[in-house]
Amino acid sequence: MEWRDEGIVLSRRALGERDALLVLFTPDHGRHLGIVKGGAGRRRGPLLQPGNRLEATWRARLERHLGQFDLEAIRLYPAGFLDRPRELAALASALVLLDVTLPERDPHPRLYAALLALLEHLAASAPDWPAAYVEFELLLLAELGFGLDLASCAVTGEGRDLAYVSPKTGRAVSRGAAGEWASRLLPLPAFLIGEAPAEVPAGEIAQGLRLAGHFLNRHIFEPADRLMPAPRVRFAGLWHPEEEDG
Amino acid sequence: MASIEIERLVRFLGRLPGLGPRSAQRVALALMKRPDTLLRPLADALTLCADRVRTCGVCGNLDAVDPCAVCRDPERDRGTICVVQEVDDLWALERSGTYRGLYHVLGGTLSALDGRGPEELRIAGLLARAEAAKAEGVALEVVLALGVTVEGQTTGHYLAERLTPFGCAVSRLAQGVPVGGEMNYLDEGTIEAALRARQRIV
Repeated sequence: MEWRDEGIVLSRRALGERDALLVLFTPDHGRHLGIVKGGAGRRRGPLLQPGNRLEATWRARLERHLGQFDLEAIRLYPAGFLDRPRELAALASALVLLDVTLPERDPHPRLYAALLALLEHLAASAPDWPAAYVEFELLLLAELGFGLDLASCAVTGEGRDLAYVSPKTGRAVSRGAAGEWASRLLPLPAFLIGEAPAEVPAGEIAQGLRLAGHFLNRHIFEPADRLMPAPRVRFAGLWHPEEEDG
Repeated sequence: MASIEIERLVRFLGRLPGLGPRSAQRVALALMKRPDTLLRPLADALTLCADRVRTCGVCGNLDAVDPCAVCRDPERDRGTICVVQEVDDLWALERSGTYRGLYHVLGGTLSALDGRGPEELRIAGLLARAEAAKAEGVALEVVLALGVTVEGQTTGHYLAERLTPFGCAVSRLAQGVPVGGEMNYLDEGTIEAALRARQRIV
């Protein structure tokens, strides 16, 4: 049994003293585990950093086996932004979300493309990377079957003046229809429904993270009696200082 | 068949880094062939370490005295604290002989997958030292000598943020081409970091 694909490193754990257990996110084979011989050593260490884009060959005697990876570098993205706290926090958050939410060997090519685009944005320090991050989280929700409906108002059916999202249904609500319920709804940042400006204001990014975070908790983490992963909490805390310890 | 005593020794030796069952057997045999020159002195040294070596309450170093010899050394620059992940990183810096400040051993890096948060590391102790320096009016510099990995640098940024209220300078080690390194043997990530940190010479 053998396949070749590219992939992005989600995480790595030492397996014994010399080898590593690698979690790779690939477009055609999804989140896939495998052993890397010599992966715990100094020579292979830089290659297996989370966020690196690699060319992978996976081999096993049977498909259900853990198997073994042979790897070559395509692009080592994190090296370009290790000195930038927000970008590095965004990377750690995106990778841990994929690692803890995606089932094994379930392909999500759209999500892979979105992650790759996010990495390109982060490496280039493009001003719209925070918006790309929020859109990545909303796509993750959609790929897991919990997408938000932000196209039209849940009450009036119209696509104009959308300003809120129902925390229960995940559907957009217009300003007019919200009325006195507005305080109980989640604010819908403008960049998610219109054409995003080159640099989205920090307040809108914070709203976007709050929106995605609410539904990640509601649909993914709370039903499994799990907490939001610490890197996601830390990343959101960089936009909401009061959430740092939450 | 080996006796129960020898099997027990082999089992414990096999738990050490770098030793598997076969090499543990070889080590056990070598020890027992030299009972007076190797086995007993090693047993004495192990007992002495078990009885005396403790983790330094100030910096996290290992020593027979608490605070450790580094923390007690009056010749050390008390205005600089170098933060390292593990005690062997501290030993590596000491081997270089170029650093004369104090240390703080974190005990690892932040890692969500391994369940290591700020509470699992010696971060509170570092913040207490920064606070004490501020109270005493010492101009403190904290040098982050953490691994150039995603986890190491994420931990570094977290520490820098937590140290900001104490007004201390926070720096990190340079990244790039190692001494003796040749360009064609470097990985792409190191080359990128070296290019970003390039220095003008003329």
